[in-house]
Amino acid sequence: MLSIANLHVSVGDKPILKGLSLDVPAGEVHAIMGPNGAGKSTLGYALSGRPGYEATEGAVSWKGEDLLALEPAERAAKGVFLSFQYPIEIPGVPALTFVRTALNAQKRARGEEEVSAPAFLKMVKAASAALKMDFDMLKRPLNVGFSGGEKKRMEILQMALLEPSLLILDETDSGLDIDALRIVADGVNALRSPERAMLVITHYQRLLDYIKPDRVHVLAAGRIVASGGPELAHQLEAEGYDKYLPEAA
Amino acid sequence: MNALPLIDLKDASSFPSRRTEAWKYSDLRKYLREAPAPSPSAAISITGGGPFEALGGEAMVFVNGRPVGASAFMGSGQQTVRLRFMSKATGTGHATTARISARAGAKLLILETHEGEGSAYVAHNRLELDVARGAEVTRIVLTDEPEDAISITQAQVRVEAGGRYRQTIATTGARLQRLETEVRHPGQGAEVRIDGLYVLSDARQADLTSVVDHVGADGTTSQLTKGVVRDTARGVFQGRIVVERGADGTDARMGHHALILGERAEVDAKPELVIYADDVQCAHGNTVGNLDQAALFYLQQRGIPADEARALLTEAFLVEVVDRIEHEGAREVVREWLTARL
Repeated sequence: MLSIANLHVSVGDKPILKGLSLDVPAGEVHAIMGPNGAGKSTLGYALSGRPGYEATEGAVSWKGEDLLALEPAERAAKGVFLSFQYPIEIPGVPALTFVRTALNAQKRARGEEEVSAPAFLKMVKAASAALKMDFDMLKRPLNVGFSGGEKKRMEILQMALLEPSLLILDETDSGLDIDALRIVADGVNALRSPERAMLVITHYQRLLDYIKPDRVHVLAAGRIVASGGPELAHQLEAEGYDKYLPEAA
Repeated sequence: MNALPLIDLKDASSFPSRRTEAWKYSDLRKYLREAPAPSPSAAISITGGGPFEALGGEAMVFVNGRPVGASAFMGSGQQTVRLRFMSKATGTGHATTARISARAGAKLLILETHEGEGSAYVAHNRLELDVARGAEVTRIVLTDEPEDAISITQAQVRVEAGGRYRQTIATTGARLQRLETEVRHPGQGAEVRIDGLYVLSDARQADLTSVVDHVGADGTTSQLTKGVVRDTARGVFQGRIVVERGADGTDARMGHHALILGERAEVDAKPELVIYADDVQCAHGNTVGNLDQAALFYLQQRGIPADEARALLTEAFLVEVVDRIEHEGAREVVREWLTARL
């Protein structure tokens, strides 16, 4: 479903990803683990098309299409969703307005009918209740004054409403206490389906106790240096990343 | 009063140049060397009631500087007046003065529009406005003028004790457009709010200049102007708040914030607080910047195309000024006006 081949990405003049290859079949959840500075967040940004993250070599195919040739919004309409490690605060744009604008923009791009305001409200009420979110909070400007946990729930709420097919979770567990982590993980697990692929980017194994991956990959110095089953995450937790660092090689 | 020079359109020697400090960013003489030929009395049929038609009220209309009905209005009780300065001229000039006063305790809503047709005209509009003791006046100004017009509006506002004056100007500019407000602030519990909003593209220019003179103690002034400039447009903000000797207890706040969205666009800002009293609270803030690139990417990542994302963020930036309009009907008209121009 997602196929990354020999991807090189530079930020400015600095190469960050140096020949990353990865395949995520439909229905699978793959974890990307690695030490700080390995390029984990860069992978998320490169897949979603953030300006300044330039693919200098390699290819990314998503459902058979050249993902790198598309604008960020086009990628989103094709199902790519990046859950940000640090969700952005947007003063002046109420969260509800933002999500509805995004949903209808995606629908327009796909040639689908837009969602009416009453139908949208019904969707949001159900989705926010499932995430134990206060509905009134969604009338406030997006993420402004939200706590770390509220911001992450807001990301999962958007995911539930936009129904993406490629979910990229960048350090979704950071800043969450155990209760919030469980709610967020439940939200993510509810989206697991044979039509979706997920990339869970995380530094710690903790999140993977709640979102169980099919495969675990170790990203170090811009490349996948090891891959395995869920047991690899536990092994990393016990042994650390030292043996994958360039100094140890 | 008359801190800002008055202009006589028939007398070119009264046209300020950039050597006049108050006009240094809007050199009228560069654009207008001679007095323009007078505009003809346009026999235009006034169709419709203007942008604020839906809000009703009395109409006060000027066409090419000539009053269609009365040129003065005295408000008492709760009233709405639609003040329409209409220009339909090509290469000629016209001037007029409107006088409006709100009697003690009156609650007056002035919905002022500058509606321009034709091209390359010169319009000079003056407004003399008196806000009597305890009266409350809201003035909302919307302008839609051709890109080659020169348009100068000079408003002089006299507020009495306990009066409230609230003003919001929203403009798309012109070739040279100056919107001046001078407020004589008596203190004594009077409240003044003067806000502005400019959305300028192509080679348009708008100059929002104001002077608020606090002559008595215990007055408040709140001022917020926001703008966005694109292409080669130019926005000018000059805000001056004077606190005279003895005007203790004055509370004055001024903010001007602009987005520059074109590499060749420009914003000139000159906020000034001139304080001769001791016991006052005064503050001003001024920022000029670009859209937040991280926010822009965030919106796009959720599927909002780049142009739409920029418009959404720009509107979010500007709408703070619109939200300060208390009158719901007027606020909605300005909001729609703004959305249609982004």
